[in-house]
Amino acid sequence: MKDFYGTQLPNALMLGTAQYPSPAILEQAFRASGASVATVSLRRESGAGQAFWQMIRDLGVTVLPNTAGCHTVKEAVTTAQMAREVFDTKWIKLELIGHTDSLQPDVFQLVEAARILTEDGFRVFPYTTDDLIVGERLLEAGCEVLMPWGAPIGSGRGLSNTYALRAMRAAFPDVPLVIDAGIGVPSHAAQAMELGYDAVLLNTAVARAGDPVEMARAMALAIEAGQRAYQADPIEQRDMAEPSTPVIGKAFLS
Amino acid sequence: MKIILNGEPRVVQAMTLTDLLTECGLTGRVATAVNEEFVASSLRMSCRLKDGDRVEVLSPMQGG
Repeated sequence: MKDFYGTQLPNALMLGTAQYPSPAILEQAFRASGASVATVSLRRESGAGQAFWQMIRDLGVTVLPNTAGCHTVKEAVTTAQMAREVFDTKWIKLELIGHTDSLQPDVFQLVEAARILTEDGFRVFPYTTDDLIVGERLLEAGCEVLMPWGAPIGSGRGLSNTYALRAMRAAFPDVPLVIDAGIGVPSHAAQAMELGYDAVLLNTAVARAGDPVEMARAMALAIEAGQRAYQADPIEQRDMAEPSTPVIGKAFLS
Repeated sequence: MKIILNGEPRVVQAMTLTDLLTECGLTGRVATAVNEEFVASSLRMSCRLKDGDRVEVLSPMQGG
């Protein structure tokens, strides 16, 4: 498995911490899945933040703060600076939202913010589209990881454009690539790993499932299956059948 | 003086950001910004507040 800014993660599941029915279920979902990374955010102090932070620390996972909900470079950069101090990490999941309905990344502002943050010492994990040129610009800006979307955040639609995602894998063979957003069921996560992606970041599919703990475990198993399958070098698809049982030596009985 | 704390108008005695956090009981792990600029924790003591300042105090929260 590729490392992320020099950090080897024990597995390829990055799990969000939002929308769970309770903190206890959130904690169990992490323990059941063994997720290696927890995404977190910053919001106005309401009193609940300190207990949440203690629980995340006790999980012993790597913390990845986000800039969720930011619509401008300035807002995202300031949020990142605040997150670095509170969470004591240089890692930042950089989200720059272009549309409120699709939550599609504003890739122009994303590249600009990535450059500013990288120069300031951040390790940027950009939430981006599957556009190859944007990917190149993000790498030029200093990103060493790319996180293309599978489908819009929270949509559960799976990988909308496997052609583009496969092209991205081929274009950036040495860059750690993470499918971020759009995963609905474990087969989507497995498919991402079968394409050769290095990790999957998901939240809603687990947190909003009827049984989040069981779904978290199912996701972890699917990701491991997909990863093993990719390493095992899958066969190419064919248009026509090819008998798997040998033809030679078949008895003449008609 | 009157300030805006996390979007709410407040009348406070504090003259610095450090004193404001103490006065408002915000003693946990927080990050601060004044007028949309990040203020590192090491600079809160020297950050003097003035009338109308917009102060944001953020803490860890669930996120995806």
